[in-house]
Amino acid sequence: MSDPKIALAGHRFFSGIDPAIVETLAECAREVSFAAGEYLVREGEPADRFFLLEYGTVALELHRPGRDPLVLETIHEGEVVGTSWVVPPYRWSADARALDLVRAIAIDVRCLRGKSDSDPKLGYELLKRFLPLFVQRLEAVRLQLLDVYGKSPD
Amino acid sequence: MRDPDPFVPRLFRVEEARRENADTTTLGLVPSHGEIPSFLPGQFFMLYAFGVAEIPVSVSGLSGTGRLLHTIRAVGAGSRALCRLRPGDFLGARGPYGSAWPLDRAEGDDLLLIAGGLGAAPIRSALLRALAERERYGRVVFLYGARGPTELLFRPELEGWQRRPDLEVQVTVDHAPPSWRGSVGVVPERIGHARFSPAHTTAFVCGPEVMMRFTASALLAAGVSSERIFLSMERNMKCALALCGRCQFGPAFVCREGPIFRYDRIARLLFLREI
Ligand SMILES: Cc1cc2nc3c(=O)[nH]c(=O)nc-3n(C[C@H](O)[C@H](O)[C@H](O)COP(=O)(O)OP(=O)(O)OC[C@H]3O[C@@H](n4cnc5c(N)ncnc54)[C@H](O)[C@@H]3O)c2cc1C
Ligand code: FES
Repeated sequence: MSDPKIALAGHRFFSGIDPAIVETLAECAREVSFAAGEYLVREGEPADRFFLLEYGTVALELHRPGRDPLVLETIHEGEVVGTSWVVPPYRWSADARALDLVRAIAIDVRCLRGKSDSDPKLGYELLKRFLPLFVQRLEAVRLQLLDVYGKSPD
Repeated sequence: MRDPDPFVPRLFRVEEARRENADTTTLGLVPSHGEIPSFLPGQFFMLYAFGVAEIPVSVSGLSGTGRLLHTIRAVGAGSRALCRLRPGDFLGARGPYGSAWPLDRAEGDDLLLIAGGLGAAPIRSALLRALAERERYGRVVFLYGARGPTELLFRPELEGWQRRPDLEVQVTVDHAPPSWRGSVGVVPERIGHARFSPAHTTAFVCGPEVMMRFTASALLAAGVSSERIFLSMERNMKCALALCGRCQFGPAFVCREGPIFRYDRIARLLFLREI
């Protein structure tokens, strides 16, 4: 396994981050991989990790009784899987399934929470990185909801 | 001799009618007499389904055998009648009209072609031209968003484009079943993942107006200059000759100054209500 510090510092989500923060993050990080079809997380389970994708694609899916799951979004190399750990009730709101071989850095959130409680700089940095992600996803969902390619754009 | 009446359409024969998806058909047309009119990518024709309606439709390209291609989605009386035409049928066409994608201006730049839904039709003609003159541009990227996998247009061709080493293709859909192997998400989100140099990029965007607004914002955020973003606007039309005023868009007529506009010239109008 390669050094998580190098992988973290090189990941797009943390580009330009203070090396001291990388040191701290690395203490909570480990490299993981998933075969195609494997689930990274399941809806309803405790959101105790998030993943920085280094390779491969992950589908966020919503399970529907008696029907095929619906793919809400796909997440690609350089992006992050998992935002449910940021806000209560800290449970996954969708399944995350590997569409092909996935390599990622998993960050243990319990470890991170402990560290960011005692280091506000770390907490602030994480917030700065995650907040735009929430806004971007909210805008994307709005656009999807509008169903702009439907027959009556008006 | 008097000039021909500009309102009188020429007679065209349908030589092919290819079903793209549940409600969209590509017609391959040839004039019953004379040459195929020359056109520039991005321009449109007024197509007349006899006795039903005349509607503006962009050129989606020229086939290998020289047919004028139009890709039409059946949404109302006129478009439905055109989609029902079969090889051997006739229709009326006049044009080409309107402004073109500024492919010459984009020379030397990376070219970002962004289509949403039916917007893939006018973008296709720009893409084909860019591929035919590939050495004129830096990177060429085609970003294409649709509602779902079954609604994608030009599917066999899309697969060919995806295999080309000199073209980056990113297809994304709003919703998909689990069997879909591609991207799910909206077009503006994909912009950050495409490879281009923002300071040297020209972007052509065509799709529903809301999608174009979000896309233009994402392009600006990525560092593309508003003078290098071009949108193809749609307004209802009647004359297409800048006479009736039906297609008015602020101070411009979409049939004459448009349909392709530079973003910085229309940005204000895009955010005005009642226009
Ligand atoms: C410059 C330009 C280029 C165009 N290029 C193409 C093209 O390449 N292919 C193509 O299929 N269409 C294209 N259009 C749109 C096309 O002209 C309209 O769909 C058509 O005029 C509708 O006429 P109709 O008689 O079929 O429907 P109408 O009876 O006029 O309208 C029926 C219903 O369809 C809705 N509708 C009208 N236009 C649209 C639209 N664009 N999208 C979704 N719903 C609509 C109306 O709100 C109405 O509810 C273009 C329009 C312009 C201005
Ligand atoms: S359609 Fe008549 S002025 Fe443009």
